[in-house]
Amino acid sequence: MANSSSTDVKVLGAWPSPFVIRVRIALNIKSVKYEFLEETLGSKSQLLLQSNPVYKKIPVLIHGGKSISESLIIVQYIDEVWNSGPSILHSDPYDRAIERFWAAYVDDKLFPSMKLINTAQGEEKAAIVEQAIEGLVLLEEAFQKSSKGKAFFGGDRIGFLDIAFGSMLGWLRAIEKMGGVKLLDEAKTPGLVQWAECFCADGAVKGIIPDTEKLVEFAKILVKMKGAPLGKN
Amino acid sequence: MANTSSTHDVKVLGAWPSPFVIRARIALNIKSVEYEFLAETPGSKSQLLLQSNPVHKKIPVLIHRGKPIAESLVIVQYIDEVWSSGPSILPSDPYDRAIARFWAAYVDDKFFPSLRPIKSAQGEEKAALVKQVNEGLVLLEEAFQKSSKGKAFFGGDRIGYLDVAFGSMLGWLRATEKMGEVKLLDEAKTPGLVQWAESFCADGAVKGLIPDTEKIVEFAKLIAARMKGSGSS
Repeated sequence: MANSSSTDVKVLGAWPSPFVIRVRIALNIKSVKYEFLEETLGSKSQLLLQSNPVYKKIPVLIHGGKSISESLIIVQYIDEVWNSGPSILHSDPYDRAIERFWAAYVDDKLFPSMKLINTAQGEEKAAIVEQAIEGLVLLEEAFQKSSKGKAFFGGDRIGFLDIAFGSMLGWLRAIEKMGGVKLLDEAKTPGLVQWAECFCADGAVKGIIPDTEKLVEFAKILVKMKGAPLGKN
Repeated sequence: MANTSSTHDVKVLGAWPSPFVIRARIALNIKSVEYEFLAETPGSKSQLLLQSNPVHKKIPVLIHRGKPIAESLVIVQYIDEVWSSGPSILPSDPYDRAIARFWAAYVDDKFFPSLRPIKSAQGEEKAALVKQVNEGLVLLEEAFQKSSKGKAFFGGDRIGYLDVAFGSMLGWLRATEKMGEVKLLDEAKTPGLVQWAESFCADGAVKGLIPDTEKIVEFAKLIAARMKGSGSS
């Protein structure tokens, strides 16, 4: 598909959302220019309500007037539409199944357990932290298998699982800071520690993962508004 | 990929009542792939299951040439991509694919979880749950009208990804109607889906896989009794 004018492609989102970050990274990989329409915290724009009436959530990709929701679905859409650009998903069906499996794991298990760390205390917190670390150890193993000695889950270049998991790194670090806990560490997840640095430095990612401090501040604002940081999806 | 794999090349670990397992089997039938069905015993998990899906320890698992793939929708996409010479399961257009994936995820994240509690709910709580399911079905009816474009299935003339994702739930939907004494799919609100459900269950790739409503009701009673007895979920 030829370079579209930036008005053809819009992303409805907000800077703190890891799900929105996924979409922006994917568009960057494909060198697609887009208009970023930032939602205001605490309210939902008419455009959002119209373009994602089922969930009323960001991100939404609007391409040629058609809207697509759900971050991992959007990333796959981007990969399929702009297919002359660098591939996001693996070419081999088995490798694709593995990266889809782990991307779903990040959404269904890992991120929810990370969020719980913020509000937990004492023994409950210790148990949740342990659970999150066990999940990260599983992802470390997946990384070792998938990267085959290269920098990313996708190999030499960032791919689907790099995006799905890497988009969470801002919040992972913020949660470590707010919770006074260490999640990624050299001893248990050395590959992921290295990977995280490479990911955040990648050309398609630079500037999109928010500073840890900014997220910590934002989390405080959310607590005031909703009573809990990252209280609900 | 040639059709002539020995049945040992392809195994499905599953159980007859599971709608998620049914998805994998329908997909393999669409592609005319022979497979060995390894039925798990209710209440216990085989060594093979624990080894091939150590993260979730759940069915279905597809084992193809010794490699396991888990998560039903990941499996269905894998089947579509590996046996690419057979009839397509996902639509070919990227936007249509995004829509099919969106609604399949909706079935898993919203629809099926809202269906499950109805059978044992009472009074006001039950009424609220039924209302929620009915609203979801109306959304799926709209999606059906848009997607089928007057044809029999979400996928058009032939069953496709969303037909498989949603249709696999029909046994439990009907069992829930019976056990909960409620009408969920009805001619007035969801006429397209009523017709679609008949066509789906009669399809060659589906026949015999959606369990009889009575069998599921019996099975649900068995599970409920077992759970009461053991006091755990």
